[in-house]
Amino acid sequence: MSVYDQIAEAKAASVGEIEKTGDLESLKAIEPMLFGKKSTLGGLKRLMGEVDAQERADVGQALNEAQLFVREAHEAAKKKFELSDRRAQLETERLDLTESLHVANRGHLHLVTQTMERLEDVFVGMGFTVSEGPQAETDWYNFEALNLPAAHPARSMFDTLYLDLGDRTEIGDGEGGEATNILLRTHTSPVQVRVMESTAPPIYTVCPGRVFRRDTADASHMPVFHKIEGLVVDRGISLADLAGTLNEFTAAYFGGAISSRLRPSYFPFTEPSAEFDITCVICEGDGCQTCQRTGWIELGGCGMVHPNVLANCGVDSEEWTGFAFGFGIDRLALMRYGIKDLRDMYTNDVRFLEQF
Amino acid sequence: MKVLLSWLREFAPIEGDPYELADHMSDLGMAVEETRILNPLEGVVVARVADLRPHPKADRIQLVDVEIENGDPMQVCCGAFNMSVGDLIPFATIGTVMPDGMEISQREMRGEMSNGMCCSAAELGLGSDHDGIMILPEHLETGAPLMQELGLVGDILWDLEINPNRPDAMSVAGVARDLAARLDVPFEIPEWTVPSSGAAEDLASIQIDDGVLCPRFTGRVLRGVTVGKSPLWMQMRLTLLGMRPINSVVDVSNYVMLELGTPNHTYDLSLLPNGHIGVRRASDGESITTLDDQERMLQPNDGLIVNEADEPIGIAGVMGGASTEISDTTDSVLVELACWEPRSIARTSQRLGLRSEASARFERGTDWQINVTAVQRFCHLLNEVTPGGIEIVGEVLDVAGTTPDSISVPVRTSRISMLLGRDFSSEEIRNLLTPIGFDVENTDSQDVQLVTIPSFRPDTETETDIAEEVARHYGYGKLGATVPRSPDAGHLSPQQKLRRVIRQVMTGAGLIEAMPNPFLAPDDITKAALIVEEPVRLLNPLAVEESVLRPSLLPGLLTAVAYNYSHRNMGAKLFETGPVFEASEDSSGLPLETEHLAALISNADAFAATSLLKDLASTLKLEFQLTNVDGLAGLHPTRGAKINIGDTEVGSLGEVDPAVLRSYEIEDRCAWLNLRLDLVIEAAISVEGVSYQPVSTFPSSDVDLAFAVGEQVQASEIEMTLRKAAGEELQSLHLFDVFRSGQLDEGVRSLAFSMRLQAKDKTLTDEEVGVVRQRCIEAVESAHPASLRA
Repeated sequence: MSVYDQIAEAKAASVGEIEKTGDLESLKAIEPMLFGKKSTLGGLKRLMGEVDAQERADVGQALNEAQLFVREAHEAAKKKFELSDRRAQLETERLDLTESLHVANRGHLHLVTQTMERLEDVFVGMGFTVSEGPQAETDWYNFEALNLPAAHPARSMFDTLYLDLGDRTEIGDGEGGEATNILLRTHTSPVQVRVMESTAPPIYTVCPGRVFRRDTADASHMPVFHKIEGLVVDRGISLADLAGTLNEFTAAYFGGAISSRLRPSYFPFTEPSAEFDITCVICEGDGCQTCQRTGWIELGGCGMVHPNVLANCGVDSEEWTGFAFGFGIDRLALMRYGIKDLRDMYTNDVRFLEQF
Repeated sequence: MKVLLSWLREFAPIEGDPYELADHMSDLGMAVEETRILNPLEGVVVARVADLRPHPKADRIQLVDVEIENGDPMQVCCGAFNMSVGDLIPFATIGTVMPDGMEISQREMRGEMSNGMCCSAAELGLGSDHDGIMILPEHLETGAPLMQELGLVGDILWDLEINPNRPDAMSVAGVARDLAARLDVPFEIPEWTVPSSGAAEDLASIQIDDGVLCPRFTGRVLRGVTVGKSPLWMQMRLTLLGMRPINSVVDVSNYVMLELGTPNHTYDLSLLPNGHIGVRRASDGESITTLDDQERMLQPNDGLIVNEADEPIGIAGVMGGASTEISDTTDSVLVELACWEPRSIARTSQRLGLRSEASARFERGTDWQINVTAVQRFCHLLNEVTPGGIEIVGEVLDVAGTTPDSISVPVRTSRISMLLGRDFSSEEIRNLLTPIGFDVENTDSQDVQLVTIPSFRPDTETETDIAEEVARHYGYGKLGATVPRSPDAGHLSPQQKLRRVIRQVMTGAGLIEAMPNPFLAPDDITKAALIVEEPVRLLNPLAVEESVLRPSLLPGLLTAVAYNYSHRNMGAKLFETGPVFEASEDSSGLPLETEHLAALISNADAFAATSLLKDLASTLKLEFQLTNVDGLAGLHPTRGAKINIGDTEVGSLGEVDPAVLRSYEIEDRCAWLNLRLDLVIEAAISVEGVSYQPVSTFPSSDVDLAFAVGEQVQASEIEMTLRKAAGEELQSLHLFDVFRSGQLDEGVRSLAFSMRLQAKDKTLTDEEVGVVRQRCIEAVESAHPASLRA
């Protein structure tokens, strides 16, 4: 048998061994027979010494080629087994992704908080800060400083809840002067007063928060509800600035289709005073039942801060002028989602709260 | 305030589309709530009541035969009983569509046919009177179309909302003045003249003892007064403006009030000894029987009208007395046209519950300068409506109290322009103010005009008030819209941002924000097992169940969870942020108000609360220390801990007391977390921006240690000791296993901690790790009743 025949036979034997294997494991088991000094082909290296010097190169090449051939056959078999293993593995891992047992576990902010934050964000975008103050207030901050002395007829506009603090409670004599009653604020205007007392103008701030009225709860009234008020005090602030600011807010909050208008009105703390209407958000101004076919809905009150209020807060009304506005947050939340009854927002039923 | 176009037109030639006129009035601050064009109301005719008889099967309705023209009487079933045979009434024939859209059809009521409807004024949209069928004047033609017969077709009725600062707009003339100015048409109040004879001084006298209470009292003596029916046109106008016609004297009185805004009163002169009338304030213990035959107790400061004997005969501006009331036998009358101090009238009418059209006008302030005109108008009208006329005696009696001074205000054109945001000229301002009764004069300064305020605008006192008048008549909508810019960027405060972050941590942990009622019932505090020495009570609560301001967020959240359990929403997880109140004073005398965060997680044990606290700690980069405390108020007596940040106690957590849960009918355990939100936020602000630790690039080593620890020692104490002992190489430390078993000694449990050690500058050798491990073991074993478990 020639050297070349021996090499061919060993190559065929090696390939035959590879073909007999069925998986990676058995392939691995025959690797010593395929590669290395003790392998079938490796054993033939000794033939190199038995041939002529001039033939040695040819035999070497034949051996190398045979070894390369076996290596490739092994590599191909290995790839084939790896692929089938992967296929088998993946098949065992097959999932029905609709079998998820997870129940969503994220909470929800109250509708009023969401509305309040949305309003705050619009005003922050317009250059305002957000101011806060106590819910239990003195008569001074809630009424007197706001040009509403005791016995002012407009006080009847606010059904006020007073606190009983024992010896510290003084029932007002209705004649002004030393009214030190503690009450639950009926609006967030006391925060405006506190801001003006403590901060030098210019002031651009909104005061969101909880307010209280002595109102029996019904579909559109709650004794506890939420308001946002705004205050700007700066040099040369005008009624046109109020109109422009409310326009900008209205477009930012409600969208470009909704605009605002001012109508003369009366509040003790502003002069001139106005009602602040917006285009009806239901019919966008065409006229519907919600807006009583006027195309407008009343949103809140506003006006130029009364010089007496500025004076009460230590602001020189010749140098500085300002405007203020205010409206209910709860009602905006109702309007946005078409909620019919205000009381629904305060049952704390999770089936209601989860929807927002 | 309602106004009728035909009546407005007696003062100014107002014309235009009814809805455009309505827009003008709204734009002037007299918001139009309704515009009604008076339609012919086809099908409604004048009918005569021919017969009345009981319904055989019903008590609350009667059978009425009505006659139209000469035809046979038609039977109608009617629920009103105020008419008599022979009366003329409005009758809606079959097929008529009523103002509310209802169509009249023939129908059977309890076996009797009804062939139409007898109408009340309200049903016809002619007034607010629902109380009975409208009885028509006798001279109307039977069968004639009602609205034509009443002369109302095509007239316009507006319902206006008048602000409290507009006493002038509480009258037809006042509305006409404002609207005429807007439309640029002339406005005038006629000077009514009446013939008079004789002298009144001998018959009546007026004395004002309190000029502040009564700035002016004007009167006039009338003779030959007979009380009858007022004419149809007057009855219709009163009805349409919401007042019920009574008799000629009362109707004239109301007519003058509506027309000129001047409430007035009539006395039977023969019941006034010597015709004397005085004005003073009441003193303690006085009382009076008013027109409605009610005995009214008076208080000092109530305004009073008295007779010669100083006995009360009327409550000023609120209600007349019974003793001098006009009757069928009255011949001589003293008519009173007085002005009263608004605050006094407001107080008295409110206290006595006697709010009326008159008190509403006096409260806002009536025009003291129109008194004589109004008295003349009264005499003129009563003379006109009384058959044969009346005799007007002598001159007007007119006594002044403390009349308000005429106010003149220097008004700067520059200031008005600045306040309104539009450049007005002095001439424009003058042209806007003059038509509404303000007198405008030039001054030495180009910029300043002197504006005299008319007596019918007591609300207007300052330059700023005048700016509102300029804006109102120029039109708020035409002023333009500019946007001022804050010199600073808008922002939330650090506290506000952190409050939002904290709420997000809560919702991220699956909690829903609730807003329970902050008002509690007094026993809610004991029901929640809270101990509150002195809760803050409301002085005037709506109900006793809402009479206490919450001292804790626990009762409100328990009520909310209980509500959810009763609606099968088991496992509700709720949180709330908001203030709680204590009666103790803060520095400014207010009750102490602190902002809390509370979470109530139903169907969960106390560890749900500690998990929530760990989430907060991780987000806010705060370290909270827990100390187990038995018997915290409201909490499970052996499952509660107080929470500290350093030395400051900031809240508590655990489970709600099972007895409390039972009283709220909540059948599951509930985890509870309560934090002083203000303190937590301040602490979080103080660690904001603390510099970071660079991440070490060297390998780390893990050490797990399990100790058998006596139950009296908190796991956190072992953790603290380990932390201290491990030193600066400690990268992380956490408790990873707790177990209790019979294999351990009595009163001992196993606590296993996992530590990761890592140096900043090198790889720790096994030896170095062993040193730290040993140090930790010795520290724990020496400081606590604890031993390493093999």
